[in-house]
Amino acid sequence: MKVARRLLDSVKPHFNKGGRFEKFHPAFDALETFLFVPGHTTADGVHVRDAMDLKRTMFTVIIALIPTLLFGMWNVGYQHYRAFGMEATLIDTFLFGFWKVLPIVVVSYAVGLGVEFLFAIIRNHQISEGYLVTGLLIPLTMPVTVPLWMVGLAAVFCTVMGKEVFGGTGMNFMNPALLARAFLFFAFPAYLSGDIWTDLSPEPGHAVVDAWSGATNLVTFDTNYPAIASASDLFWGFEQGSIGETSVFACLLGALILIVTGVGSGKIMVSCFVGTLLMGLLLNVLAPADIPNHPMHMPAYYHWLLGGFAFGAVYMATDPVSAAQTEGGKWVYGLLIGMFTVLLRVFNPAYPEGVMLSILLMNVFAPLIDYIVVEQHIKNRIRRA
Amino acid sequence: MGKAITLRKGFDIKLEGVAARSLADAPATDLVAVKPPDFPDLIPKLLVAPGDELRAGQSLFFDKNQPDLRFASPVSGEVVEVVRGEKRKILEIRILPDKTGNRYVDYPIADPARLSREAIIERLLESGCWPYIRQRPFSLIASPSETPGGIFVSCFDTAPLAPDLGYLIGLEPENFKTGLLVLNQLSNNHLHIGLGRTLPDGLTVADLEALGSVHVFEGPHPAGNVGVQIHHIRPIQKGDVVWFVHPQDVVIIGRLFREGRYRADRVVALTGSCVDAPQYYRVSAGQSVRSLTDGRMKGPAVRIIQGNVLTGKTTSAPDFLSFYTNQLTVIPEGKEPEFLGWLLPGLEKLSVSRTFLSWLAPKRSYALNTNTHGEERAFVMTGQYDRVLPMNILPVYLLKAILAKDLERMEQLGIYEVAEEDFALCEFVCTSKIEVQRIIAEGLAYARREG
Repeated sequence: MKVARRLLDSVKPHFNKGGRFEKFHPAFDALETFLFVPGHTTADGVHVRDAMDLKRTMFTVIIALIPTLLFGMWNVGYQHYRAFGMEATLIDTFLFGFWKVLPIVVVSYAVGLGVEFLFAIIRNHQISEGYLVTGLLIPLTMPVTVPLWMVGLAAVFCTVMGKEVFGGTGMNFMNPALLARAFLFFAFPAYLSGDIWTDLSPEPGHAVVDAWSGATNLVTFDTNYPAIASASDLFWGFEQGSIGETSVFACLLGALILIVTGVGSGKIMVSCFVGTLLMGLLLNVLAPADIPNHPMHMPAYYHWLLGGFAFGAVYMATDPVSAAQTEGGKWVYGLLIGMFTVLLRVFNPAYPEGVMLSILLMNVFAPLIDYIVVEQHIKNRIRRA
Repeated sequence: MGKAITLRKGFDIKLEGVAARSLADAPATDLVAVKPPDFPDLIPKLLVAPGDELRAGQSLFFDKNQPDLRFASPVSGEVVEVVRGEKRKILEIRILPDKTGNRYVDYPIADPARLSREAIIERLLESGCWPYIRQRPFSLIASPSETPGGIFVSCFDTAPLAPDLGYLIGLEPENFKTGLLVLNQLSNNHLHIGLGRTLPDGLTVADLEALGSVHVFEGPHPAGNVGVQIHHIRPIQKGDVVWFVHPQDVVIIGRLFREGRYRADRVVALTGSCVDAPQYYRVSAGQSVRSLTDGRMKGPAVRIIQGNVLTGKTTSAPDFLSFYTNQLTVIPEGKEPEFLGWLLPGLEKLSVSRTFLSWLAPKRSYALNTNTHGEERAFVMTGQYDRVLPMNILPVYLLKAILAKDLERMEQLGIYEVAEEDFALCEFVCTSKIEVQRIIAEGLAYARREG
């Protein structure tokens, strides 16, 4: 690392003001601070600082995402071999998925970071760490069959329309990764709905088995809920869906990391789960007795297990920038996300995955929720006087 | 004594270099300086000139806007120099102290209980003790013409490496009690005494209860901050004023009435991981920093701080102790870049979050340096400030109101109840490395100007 330090120090003058590559200073700065925590010292104010910075925060979220990524890779292989009725070893299954998922991750990071660097250079601001997480969230919310150009497009849309037009990380009001996902969903419905969830690249000597269906459990649920997979399959994640969303177990592992480290808001996660359960129970009560397989009859806790709910509640709803920022507001925000998720799933079959839209909707409402909480706080302060 | 007020929010920063409970006399110093810039917004008018002979307690200058408000010399000797800065602003009045010990201006010894409030005020102003009495909001020197809603004394300090105030009070318990009696008279029997888990040495609860209302606080830093205690005992409204005095200054006020002189020597804790043997020193107010630090430091690049690591001001060996200084902290600078520092497990790194493995060893102390551990970013993480601010205040919204210069909003959100020091932990924990105390200071200045 001494070599790295010497190399950086030797080229640094060129990137500083007046240097030959002055324009590219943000890019150099990003690389330098990535390799070395800068030797900046405190000036006014406190003389010592907490060791946590935004890089560490984002890195922690990435660690929390790893269980879903690894399971997602395995599940891609598992679903593939299942469709062809083939037996495969654990390693083979994982490797199949690994080679399918890796290009998506690479494209997402390459394109997204490229755009970030470009903006930083044009607008001469520092490169923020936000994309380290966003770059992994985008692949995890995609079906494995998504064309790579579309991943690139999502990365561009997410960075430009999700963040940079508002001023960069910390200034956006909607979750950028989710915004990109919604953009693709509405712009290219053909690629993001239907029989797209399993990689069906041909296997010599094998054909897709007759019993195979490309419908996800969310689609099944809308037409005939008793036909969905067992609760344990749904919990562990042996089902079709976006790469990272299927395993509730992996999401809970991630939730544990986020809550223990204090990086993700446990309040939001818990209230999302509670909101879902409450709305599910309410619908159970109101369900039409004469249609026994109506989705309203589904046991409420199944909503926790279906689709991308757990993934959304743990990784998307907790994005501190776009979530409610007051502690009281976080409860309301999470509850409403959970409730709207169930409503959208049950009453709008056109959009099987309600969690994406309800998080985006609540992102928009979060400032209003906070406003009400702050007004209430002020009233309480006056009353105390 | 009522029920203890338990504060759950906050954080104790455990550092290496706690001062041992032993006291030594600091070596005599060839120069002593009084620094008018220690007092915010003061416009000093000199009463002495270089060459003048002084007694300890003799006035050096007064405030142009408030001629009653006088500032006295802590030692007897000769004025040798008036150091001026830009626009002839007076920075220091340097005094060559007598080698043979201080000659004092004499005041009659008096029992404060028999003096009227007016007589006490006059005595405090005349002797130069008044500047020890400060007010909230704004943490300025109190105005003698006002009657405060209460006077607050916090008898414990929870800041990192802070001096053990119970030990300091225990060095002169009688002077402390007399000082409290003076304050009780001044406050028309509205004196509030904040206690931590232990009583000050040499005092009993009955002693204190005879002098004012005693409130017990439990919890991590900033439970010892007088502002936090005021917030829980008697919240400040717009137009309200309360006063506060540091226990060491209470002792000095007590000496004025019991000994009949302005004796301004005090005890300073020399602390921090770069100090050889951290302990307490009795110093003359305004003596040079060098006289304390020379020969007692270790490590190559150090930062000397007057005060604690959260709220103190950077100083250097040639500087002089400031008027309100009770502690010097010496810690290493942190100018070395760290290879992939954000990626390491971090057993050596202190964080309120549990993103570093150090959280598994909550009891250990750290030798923190001044590195910022990352660069300033836009505000991202929410809920961090709330966890270390034990007040009924929404810190982020108050900061936003200040940045937006929205006075009405600031008032609604409690600007008059806060001071920079109460937000120091918010600044410490901030992931985005935002300068929270600077923003609060700006907000207070704005509210004072426009409110």
